[in-house]
Amino acid sequence: MNIVELQQAEKNYQGVEALKSINLSLQQGEVLGLFGHNGAGKTTTIKLILGLIKPTAGQVRVFGEDPTGENAYHLRRQLGFLQENVSFYQQMTGHEVLAYFAKLKGCEKKQVNDLLEEVGLAHAAMRRVKTYSKGMRQRLGLAQALLGQPKLLLLDEPTVGLDPIATQDFYQGIARLKAQGSTIILCSHVLAGVEKYIDRALILGQGHLLAEGSLSTLTEQTNLPVTFHLQGSNLLLPASLQANASEINGGLKLHVSQQQKMATLQQLLALPSLENIDIHMPSLEDIYMHYMNDIQHMELPR
Amino acid sequence: MNAMLTVANKEFHDGLRNRWVMSISLIFALLATGLAYFGAAASGQAGFTNLSTTLVSLASLAVFVIPLIALMLAYDGVVGEDESGTLLLLMTYPLSRWQLVLGKMMGHWMIMAFSTIIGFGLSAIIVGLFSDNTTWSELLKPYAFFITVSILLGWIFIAIATMISASVAEKSKAAGLALIVWFIFVFMFDLSLLGLLVGTEGNVNAELFPYLLLLNPTDIFRLIIISFFAEQQLTGFMAVAQHAQFSTLSLILSMLAWFVAPVLGAITLFNKRKL
Repeated sequence: MNIVELQQAEKNYQGVEALKSINLSLQQGEVLGLFGHNGAGKTTTIKLILGLIKPTAGQVRVFGEDPTGENAYHLRRQLGFLQENVSFYQQMTGHEVLAYFAKLKGCEKKQVNDLLEEVGLAHAAMRRVKTYSKGMRQRLGLAQALLGQPKLLLLDEPTVGLDPIATQDFYQGIARLKAQGSTIILCSHVLAGVEKYIDRALILGQGHLLAEGSLSTLTEQTNLPVTFHLQGSNLLLPASLQANASEINGGLKLHVSQQQKMATLQQLLALPSLENIDIHMPSLEDIYMHYMNDIQHMELPR
Repeated sequence: MNAMLTVANKEFHDGLRNRWVMSISLIFALLATGLAYFGAAASGQAGFTNLSTTLVSLASLAVFVIPLIALMLAYDGVVGEDESGTLLLLMTYPLSRWQLVLGKMMGHWMIMAFSTIIGFGLSAIIVGLFSDNTTWSELLKPYAFFITVSILLGWIFIAIATMISASVAEKSKAAGLALIVWFIFVFMFDLSLLGLLVGTEGNVNAELFPYLLLLNPTDIFRLIIISFFAEQQLTGFMAVAQHAQFSTLSLILSMLAWFVAPVLGAITLFNKRKL
């Protein structure tokens, strides 16, 4: 059974198409990255899965059931959600906030302290949320999402406002949850550093699904070039490579297709004056930019 | 059911935490005690005098204050959660919409009931202690009745405020609407009826006209208090009700209708709210 299944799901808001014919199926233990510009339909997709809104057309299934249907009540116990910019209740302490949500979800009280410990907020548990930094609020939000050991976690911009170390900690937490069998949907526009932790990426633009697949599939599909940065004095490239090279900062920049990477590398290593070589593989960011360029071109005819 | 009580309980504790309960109790206690002591000043004496006179004058003050406090207490109940982002989050929890909005109202009702009992109850105790000519048993029933009806009036306006809160997208809009509602029920309504009387030179259906008062819960509240302390003459504007002999029971029933309607309204509006 697929944990999440979207079939031709569409959503219109007063005639505006927020989401157009999205297909998606997510198996247990998968981590999906959901990417797109502002207004691309990320939040709409998440809301559909959470059962907060109904699709205008198509079908949404979570754990095999309609998330807006009669069983929604039970489904929700197995869902964890962290939304963007939640400020919680300023006057309550972190512990009180988490205890409130735990009670609503029907979790044991014990979980509250355990989770506060887990996200590193135990020391601030008795302080008011008002005094929390943005990163601390985000961690409180994460603790909230983890209440009741949900089988499906939806995280909208989870690392906004976190410093690099906290971000790292966060992604390691994601890896741990995945190892425990949780299915996770991660929604973000901060791309750097996410690659390692996601199994698949889904890129949305203007409500359309632009690309979907594992990173290696997407890298292949886009066929983005590998970039070499070469340093050395009086570098003379073989004639076949010269057309793709350009001078930059006293060195050379060279684009070659992925298939030619190894052959080119061997050619380059044979150069006598080569002092340093830096290889840049297409990253998630490059893939994302590639698809974003696509929709910008799509836009032009209008 | 459980989730609803959890919401109500949190709302009540918020009321304790941010001093709403304390402030409302204090206002009510000061109002009631002050009026009991100085109420007779117009007739040249200060001190605790006639109990029913005191409570009837307190009622005409309470119709201003109670709706205002109730509206201020509850106008941001729903829209405030929406603005802080917690409403969306709560709706992903195993919690129905009606449970959330009813839980919110229940929490506010608890705050109102608690504060009214403390505030007016305290004043009753003070009156009992310092007045020479009333016994405790004489005090108990009138005050208990007054407090009960006051709580009901507060609950009605909390439900109305929640209705407002469930239907608008911004807190400032809810505040504005709450103020307008207060102004209409407390000033405009009676003024328009008066205007109608003056404009038609009193040439209105004397049978029908008093029933118009039932369209305003604050007027019903005053009529209930007056009819309970029956020895009081209907004075001022309330005299229009003289022709219709409303029984206290029928008045209380119409007030209950005024309570149920906005509660259902708030639930309906919140069910329609877009997230």
